[in-house]
Amino acid sequence: MLRFLAQRVGSLIGSLLVASLVIFLVIEVVPGDPAAVMLGVNARPDTIAALRAELGLDGSAVSRYLSWVAGMLQGDFGVSYTYRTPVAEMIADRLWVSVPLALYALCLTVAIAIPAGLLAASRRGRMGDYGVIGVTQIGIAVPNFWFAMILILIFAINLRWFSAGGFPGWDEGIGAGLRALTLPAIALALPQAAILTRVMRSALVDVLGEDFMRTARAKGLSQSAAIWRHGLRNGLIPVLTIIGLQFAFLLAGGIIIEQVFALPGLGRLIFQAISQRDLIVVESVVMLLVFAVILTNFLVDLAYAVVDPRLRKHP
Amino acid sequence: MSVLAVQSLCVEAHGKPLLKDVSFTVGAGEIVAITGESGSGKSMTALSVMRLLPHRVEQTSGTILLDGQDLGALSERAMCQIRGGRIGMVFQEPMTALNPVQTIGDQVAETVWLHSGATRDQARARARDMLNRVGLNEDSFPLSRYPHELSGGQRQRVVIAMAIAERPALLIADEPTTALDVTTQLQILDLLKDLVSEFHMGLLIITHDLAVVASLADRLVVMRNGEVVESGATDEVLRMQTHPYTRALFEASRHQAYLPPIPEAESGKRLLEVRDVVRRYPLPKQGMFQPRRHHVAVDRVSFTVSKGERVGLVGESGCGKSTLTRAILGLEPVQAGDILIDGVQPDRARGRVQVVFQDPYGSFNPRHRVERLIAEPFHLLPSPPNRMQRSLQVAEALEAVGLPAAAAERYIHEFSGGQRQRIAIARALILRPELIVLDEAVSALDVSVRAKILDLLADLSARYHLAYLFISHDLSVVRSITDRVMVMKAGKIVEDGPTVRILDNPDHPYTRELLAAAPRLPNFSQGRRDTHAAESI
Repeated sequence: MLRFLAQRVGSLIGSLLVASLVIFLVIEVVPGDPAAVMLGVNARPDTIAALRAELGLDGSAVSRYLSWVAGMLQGDFGVSYTYRTPVAEMIADRLWVSVPLALYALCLTVAIAIPAGLLAASRRGRMGDYGVIGVTQIGIAVPNFWFAMILILIFAINLRWFSAGGFPGWDEGIGAGLRALTLPAIALALPQAAILTRVMRSALVDVLGEDFMRTARAKGLSQSAAIWRHGLRNGLIPVLTIIGLQFAFLLAGGIIIEQVFALPGLGRLIFQAISQRDLIVVESVVMLLVFAVILTNFLVDLAYAVVDPRLRKHP
Repeated sequence: MSVLAVQSLCVEAHGKPLLKDVSFTVGAGEIVAITGESGSGKSMTALSVMRLLPHRVEQTSGTILLDGQDLGALSERAMCQIRGGRIGMVFQEPMTALNPVQTIGDQVAETVWLHSGATRDQARARARDMLNRVGLNEDSFPLSRYPHELSGGQRQRVVIAMAIAERPALLIADEPTTALDVTTQLQILDLLKDLVSEFHMGLLIITHDLAVVASLADRLVVMRNGEVVESGATDEVLRMQTHPYTRALFEASRHQAYLPPIPEAESGKRLLEVRDVVRRYPLPKQGMFQPRRHHVAVDRVSFTVSKGERVGLVGESGCGKSTLTRAILGLEPVQAGDILIDGVQPDRARGRVQVVFQDPYGSFNPRHRVERLIAEPFHLLPSPPNRMQRSLQVAEALEAVGLPAAAAERYIHEFSGGQRQRIAIARALILRPELIVLDEAVSALDVSVRAKILDLLADLSARYHLAYLFISHDLSVVRSITDRVMVMKAGKIVEDGPTVRILDNPDHPYTRELLAAAPRLPNFSQGRRDTHAAESI
């Protein structure tokens, strides 16, 4: 197990290094000088040069890369070209919205998909199964912003249970924060839950056909107890893979939902930074997202090993 | 009173009868075998007793009594208490019968915990006792072991421990040793026999293998097409063979194909030459700085096969026979040594060596017609025949294996297992090879079909001067179809010589062990017709 862990940590660090290099190089080749953009078309060359020096854009590529990486390791992501505030602070503010939102949506996804997948698989070929398949078809086909608008219409405008948008901040209390995130989390979760239900169902259908499920019945377990005690854990491997991918998507992919609900999240930040050519923000947010994806995969790998003992020996 | 009484059991699927009026009993301490070919309803009978019939398969009439209690009248909840509590069941495939993500201790303890309401510690203690009882001692097999760390025979012992943990009145074993090697089979059968007398339980064993039946069962039930054709004391049923089907099964089980002698002109000419062949697989490293170790699957193996010669290769699973076969077919690189077919490398002699695999279901592309499947090897020729010639040759190959030429237009799912194996042989014949490698080619077939395929192979070898390399774990088949046999153990050939001599008078202790473990059909010298010697295995 220790060896397995060491291997996975090694590959985590390696992936991060490669990713940082690729991000840096891509940003390097993007045309446009941030200093010139910030000072406008009439700026004098020496003013631009001074600003470039101030922003740290005048060194060699290698030294800039190294100082960028060294800065990140110390939590210093540089200063936004547009807002002149530390990028780390800007990102941290947004993370307070985006991470809880993604986790909230993911919890809802799992809470919907696992029981629905179990229901469909155990009623395979019967009404319950067809019902679940039909509903997931709709969930996958309909875009999440449409769900968002319907939710606002019903729960914010008609019933007035939730506000239609905005985020009061966590200072107002956890209840108020969660309340503001509920509708966006549901809108984000519905399509993801539909996908995950499908995966869960097909994984379980495969498992239910396995010989050991028959052994479990022959031992005296009822159909549902056999699924719960022996089927679920075996069916979880493909489900874990998808959950990992979904978390990464939910973290940054909520850009339209953030827009619909006027939430100050990471998606909106990166969208604004790109349009304002605030490359240092783009660079840092992208790096952060890459880190989140790689870290999630790492956790999924560890979860595999917890679920399936065969993977501990032969990763 | 009998432990199990099945009375006039009828089972249907979509209105089609699967079991018709099946009746038999199993007494306490008695071993009853149900035998018959695939589709005869053996397993369906066992599943009916467990009330675990597949979806849309229903019992339409008849009663099943366990110690006088009608199982059909029980609720599903009460039936769950019976399963695993008073009826234990062991299945055919030990490799997949255990949950791969749970320890063996938890899986055995679960049966105890489910039925006795024992605490976790008590259940685990009982699981330990049961594992000890089936021969998995604590030092080598702690409760924390996972199924993937065990061999097939060891896993079957775990399944048995699970089935007997609650000391059931009845144990049902559905082909419990079919997937195991002969030596392991013998151990498992002995274990079952001991458990029956120790626990005084009834054992209902389902097997297609008459030799297993003869060595184990007190009574025998012969089934065909969902009906019981004959039943009675094993000795009597096998001796009298009153029903023609029983007689046919018995004859087919010890069928000897007539193997024509190798033509003088061919004999002694070398066809396949294997010289000091080594195949190693790297094992995962134990530590970062430790040297990598290797598993030697084939260890300096040398032999030759002459033109027209039929050679058997026997050994237990994992002995390296499949690896060696793949190397001969050019599908596996070797680390040392030479493989030559008429003096050239296998990859340049692909057309001269063809192969027939074990599984007649998995070895064909289901989306192609039979003509295309059989004609596939033509791509090995520098100038493949045109369409017309191709059809003619496919028709000829089909007729050679006893199928009508019209079969070429059909798809593979329209054929039975035996017919598919004939098609596989036709595919192997199409290029008129000199050597056909038969990798467990008759292992998946019923005895009557197997007898016909063996006859066909014997006939084809004479007609086309074919040499065979026949890989099998079944010694009776090897005796039937080969002139010479090689015995392989742990990557080495330990004995090589004429089949009759080796199977009757083996030199090597391992060969003797294999022969001793193989179950035998009894010899009833009643003069009905010429029967083979008692040692005929």
